[in-house]
This record gives sequence, C-alpha cells and structure tokens, in this order.
Amino acid sequence: MKLIIATIKPFKLEEVREALTGIGVRGMMVTEIKGFGSQSGHTEIYRGAEYAVNFVPKIKLEIVVSAAMADQVVETITSTAQTGKIGDGKIFVLDVAQAVRVRTGETNDDAL
Amino acid sequence: MKTLTKLGLAAALIAAPSLGLAQDDGPVPGVNAATDSVFIFNSLLFLIGGFLVFWMAAGFAMLEAGLVRAKNVTMQLTKNIALFSFAAIFYYLIGYNLMYPLGTWAIDGILSGVWGPGVLEAVGVTADAADDYGYASTGSDFFFQLMFCAATASIVSGALAERIKLWPFLIFTVILTSIIYPLQASWKWGGGFLDAMGFLDFAGSTVVHSVGGWAALAGALILGPRIGKYTKDGKTVPIPGHNLALATLGTFILWLGWFGFNGGSQLAMGTVGDVADVSRIFANTNTAAAGGAIAALILTQVLYKKPDLTMVLNGALGGLVSITAEPLTPTLGAATLIGAVGGVIVVFAVPFLDKLKIDDVVGAIPVHLFAGVWGTIAVVFTNGDASLGTQLYSIIVVGIFVFVVSSVIWFILKTTVGIRVGEEEEINGLDMAELGMEAYPEFSKG
Repeated sequence: MKLIIATIKPFKLEEVREALTGIGVRGMMVTEIKGFGSQSGHTEIYRGAEYAVNFVPKIKLEIVVSAAMADQVVETITSTAQTGKIGDGKIFVLDVAQAVRVRTGETNDDAL
Repeated sequence: MKTLTKLGLAAALIAAPSLGLAQDDGPVPGVNAATDSVFIFNSLLFLIGGFLVFWMAAGFAMLEAGLVRAKNVTMQLTKNIALFSFAAIFYYLIGYNLMYPLGTWAIDGILSGVWGPGVLEAVGVTADAADDYGYASTGSDFFFQLMFCAATASIVSGALAERIKLWPFLIFTVILTSIIYPLQASWKWGGGFLDAMGFLDFAGSTVVHSVGGWAALAGALILGPRIGKYTKDGKTVPIPGHNLALATLGTFILWLGWFGFNGGSQLAMGTVGDVADVSRIFANTNTAAAGGAIAALILTQVLYKKPDLTMVLNGALGGLVSITAEPLTPTLGAATLIGAVGGVIVVFAVPFLDKLKIDDVVGAIPVHLFAGVWGTIAVVFTNGDASLGTQLYSIIVVGIFVFVVSSVIWFILKTTVGIRVGEEEEINGLDMAELGMEAYPEFSKG
C-alpha cells in the first residue's frame, strides 16, 4: 500500500477529485493548508503599505491505495492539477505499513 | 399645480380640528396653518435630520468594528455605544448651553454665560409660550445639535483603536463633548467671534470633523502606534481589518446619515426656498461622496495596480467631509469635484501619516481632519461671501485650540491613570484582556 500526499492549487480540487474517482480511487483526505515552495509567496498592498504574503493557500490530499495503483494516481493528479505555472504543487509517495477498516476489522488492501 | 392643491388640502385638514374644539372649550391652542407651518416644518427637519445623524453612530461603529482585528471588536463596539451615551448626557448637562449662549456671553463672543443643563419647552406648549414660535421647537434643535456633538466624539475612537484603555478614553470623551466641542462650536454656530468675522462652515467640516480629527491626532501622537505597526527600520506593517463587509456597511450608513447632517443644517424647511435648498444639499452631498469614492478607486488602481476597498470607503467619507462646509452653493459638478479632491487627499494622507509613524487605525485623521480642512477652504470657490483669509484663520484658531487642549488632557490622563493597555493585553486583544468577552466566541484562532 502507498500513501500519496499531494499539494495542489485550491481551484483544481474538484477536477482532481473527479479524475481520481474516475480511475477507481474510493477515498481521500483533504486539508486546507498554507505553505511555500518555489513560488515562495508574493507581495500585496494594504492602505498604501506593501506587505509580503509568505504562505500561499494550498490543498493537501492524502490518498492511500494499493501499490499497484499508486503510479496511476500520481499520473492522474499530475495531469489534472497541472497549469504549467509556478505553484502547481508537489506529490510525495510513502509506504504504508498497515490499514484497518474500523467498521469491519478488514485489514490492508481489503480495507482500502 | 398638483403640489399646490395638495398643500392647500393639507392645510385645510390641519385647520379643521381646531374649529370643532373651539366650540366647547373656548379658545384653545389650535393650528394656524399660515404661521404654524414654518414652526412645524422647521422642527420636522431638525427631527428627521437628527435621527439620520444619530444613525451615523451605527455607521462609525460598523466601520470601526470592520477595520479592527477580530480580537478587538467587542471593545470597539463598547467604546462606540458608551461614547455616544456619554455625549448625550454631557451635551445635555453642559454642552448645549455652552454652545448656544443666545447672546448671553461671559466673555463676549468666546465664552457662553449660560451654564447648566438644557431645558425643553413645556408639554403641549402653545404658540404663545414656545421659546421661538417663529422658528422651531427647542426640543428638535437640542436633539439635532446633540447628534453632531456625538459624531465628533465618534471620530476619535476609530483612530485610537486596538490599544487605548476604555475608561481613560471615555473620560476624554466626556471632556470633549461637554467642553471642547461646544465651546469652539459657540464661536461659529453660537454666534461667537468666528461667526462675526464671516467664517462660513455650513454643517461643520471644521466645527465638527476637523475638531474630531485634531482630538484624534493629539491622542494618536501621545498614545503611540500599535505594537508591530512600524518596524525598526521605519517600514509600515499593514494590519488588515477583520471584516470589510462591516466596514462597507458602516460607510453606507454614514453616507445615509450625512443627508441629515448636511440637509438638516439648512436649519429651516418652512418656505419654498428652504426646502428647495435642502434638496440641493441632499443631491450635492450624495455626489460629493460618489466623487470621493471614484477618485480613490481610480487612484489606488493607478498607484498600487489593484483598487483598495478600504481606501475607496475612506474616499467616499473624505468626499462627504469635504462638501460639509458648503453643500448648498456648489453645482452638482462642482460638488463632485470638491468630493473627488477629498478622496485624493485621503489616499495620499493615509501613507503620509504612516511615514510619520502616526497610527490611525481607520483613517479618521485623513478623512475628518485633512478633508475637513480642504472642505473649509473649498467654500471660497462656490460661495462669494466666503473669504479665504477668514476661512484659514478659523481653521487655525479652532485647530490650535482643540489640538492644544486635547494634548494637555491626553497627557494628564497618560501620566495619571495611563491611557494604554499593557503589551500582553494588546497582543492578546482588548476583548479578552479588558472585557473578558469575545466578539466571535465560536471561532477559534486555529
């Protein structure tokens, strides 16, 4: 099993969700986050005074899938979340040691 | 013609009941439509104008609540309702008679000889017993003038937000509304020496707005900026307001109230000429606000590449303050331009004050002081009776008086009871530190 952590631009969330459910992903965790990467913030002006916005709003997706499916999920997120402009986000893939479905007690791939 | 018929009918209806009553009880106070109408319509103008200006207290409260951070909202609202209430009581106790000596001066043209609470006419007063039958009821005048006094105090609270202690602020409010405002207002509106010189200030660009602005400036200088507003190398750190919807609502409420502020200051509605003038004033007041808002909108777009809503709001208010000294004589075009200049002044004055490290949370000093001075000067462009020298002299006299007296009072308060909350209280927010009550208890900071 793999845990895929992806940061994406907030306006891409709906498109990414649709694409992922389309390839058979049955669940995901979504968090509104702030952070910086290469984009590293920008400046704005409030009442004539310039200020830096150091952290940019992003959406974090956490998806656990079977190892066989991980590459397809990464490719789907990459293709749908991409705008080609700076700040499109990053994807990380980690190994998952164990999974349990609370309702039934099923484990690992059966629990996904 | 239609209008004439309607008025004739109304007069007949008003006159009718007195005829019926007179049969049983002999002569009773009835309605004499021909002469009573002036008294009635003048009083009505004061009452309508008065409750519109009252509503400006809500406008100030919302504007200020929106432009402070969430942690200081309860305190800002508390100050607004408390200051209005203190103003109401102290204007009654001292201010009203101090402002209107009606010719009884202790020092001629400078200090009223009438001290003590305001007194209204008797219940059910007759035409013979009215204080001024040829003009308006005392109660309507008192009610109207009181609202102006309270508006002056409202101006101060926004500039000093987020760091001043509640009670010292309210002590200042009491002195402002019982002494400082009425005393200088007597010089113009009470028939004092500035009035005798020919100073023109229709609804109070100087008498009300610059006075609030000077008192706020003195307070802001002595109080100092909020923690974190300016860096050590002199840069300004923006502290965005927490709710621009409230700030916008507040601005629209002030805009509405201003029709009473300026329109009511015609002080008479009993003749065709007067009511037509009130209409002119409403239209000019409105267009000046629009001019100020558009000027700020375009200017912030050009200067900063994006329009700044808070500046547009301040621009509209700057336009309103600018037209307040003379809302009657300008044409609609001239009024728009006078307001637009007010908007421009505000957009440049806000960063200018920041350069001087004067922290004015809501832009009260640019709007009420800077635009107030401009509006007072602008009278000379449309009113041939105004003299630039007298306008400038009056601006300076009132400015020095209010700034010096306010500074002394702020300084005394600072050295005795202290005017500023502690560092920890300021960072945690005045709501919890001074009141133990949040404006939005169901939202955690996260």
